Amino acid sequence: MEQKKIVKTPLTDDIVKSLKVGDEVLITGHIYTARDAAHKRMVDLLDKGEKLPFDPKGQIIYFAGPTPTKPGQVIGSAGPTTSTRMNAYSPRLIEVGLKGMIGKGEMGPEVVAKMKEKKAVYFAAVGGAAALISKSITGNELVAYEELGAEAIRKLTVKDFPVIVALDCHGGNLYKEGMEKFARK
Amino acid sequence: MRQIKCDTIIDAVRNISMEASYDLGKDVIAAIERAKKYEESPVAKAILDQVLENAEIAKIDMAPMCQDTGFAVLFVELGQDVQITGGDFYAALNEGVRRGYKDGYLRKSILGDPIERKNTGDNTPAIIHTDIVPGEKIKITIAPKGGGSENMSEVKMLKPADGIQGVKEFVIDRVRRSGGNPCPPIIVGVGIGGTFEMCAMLAKKALLREVGDRNPKKFYADLETELLEKVNKLGIGPQGLGGTTTALDVHVEVYPCHIASLPVAVNIQCHAARHKEVVL
Repeated sequence: MEQKKIVKTPLTDDIVKSLKVGDEVLITGHIYTARDAAHKRMVDLLDKGEKLPFDPKGQIIYFAGPTPTKPGQVIGSAGPTTSTRMNAYSPRLIEVGLKGMIGKGEMGPEVVAKMKEKKAVYFAAVGGAAALISKSITGNELVAYEELGAEAIRKLTVKDFPVIVALDCHGGNLYKEGMEKFARK
Repeated sequence: MRQIKCDTIIDAVRNISMEASYDLGKDVIAAIERAKKYEESPVAKAILDQVLENAEIAKIDMAPMCQDTGFAVLFVELGQDVQITGGDFYAALNEGVRRGYKDGYLRKSILGDPIERKNTGDNTPAIIHTDIVPGEKIKITIAPKGGGSENMSEVKMLKPADGIQGVKEFVIDRVRRSGGNPCPPIIVGVGIGGTFEMCAMLAKKALLREVGDRNPKKFYADLETELLEKVNKLGIGPQGLGGTTTALDVHVEVYPCHIASLPVAVNIQCHAARHKEVVL
């Protein structure tokens, strides 16, 4: 197994360019949770020319809706949700400076094209490893849309948050490459 | 006639709602461990390690193994000699789910209306399937179902001329098109025969079987083994990132069908294959 790469947020073009599909990465810094409902609201704000609840420049959005936090915990179980549901929204956020996304499953060609153009990266977190992933979340602050419950935007402080580069800014696609490599007749 | 109180039912359902979310079945864990030995991709092995470690943390910390604690799907076998006392049976089942999801800090993922999309706030209503059986007991199985894998499921009304080859092609194509979305390694539930809704139900019930169990009919047991091999040759791998472990098992259930029909359903289950049962 190759050495894991350490990545600190916010992300720069240079950091994004250095990441290649298949890299195992540990993220330290801040990431923002948002699912479909929060994405829709953010894109509606952009359409109206209004400000987003947080400045997306250099930031990473984590497609996740955690379980409720038990007393004494930082956060409940917080694994990734299916990323394709964000295909309609992510290009708009990358356009205004978003540099990374974390989710599970492949993203659409419209997202991949925008990632190449603007230098952004897509990380896969392990779906269904939510209890393990939560161990790397050390802070949890509500940013917006509390009424959405699990779908609210939260700013998470993370230390060594485990992900794999699945789509890179050079056009690399681990879903395609991995499947081709391990397909058997 | 044996009497069972609604309060007993509420407590039982509350408890299995929580246990199902925290405690992954031994059969699933054993299957993942076995898969890891044969997995050829290092990335895939690392993912399977994370999944196993996660199951252990979930059990020890009593934390949900996945944040999607699912739609509460209940399978009830109600003994015909049981009398339910102290309230409404279905209301009791829902109250058990409500308490389990509240007390267990499980995520509430149910919307009251599919278009309006407002959360009911307590993860009810449950989906309840009831069979009346001989005897004076009630068996309740909860199988919380996450959205990611459910979304990759499908029913197709094949033509009788499509035959067994058509069935195989549909199952494999459904898994191929799902890619990493349903959180592989998956368990594939296949229903063949019956009517439109019956084959979907067969596929769902197929997921309740222990991983490694085979259909009692040799023809279908062989079909399960063949489909498992073929699915694992697709290369999708854990989380869709490539590998030789795409599915942990394929389970096929069948039912008689109409002369004009060949219904087939595929219900995909993620590796967080949760189910717990209680007998009252």
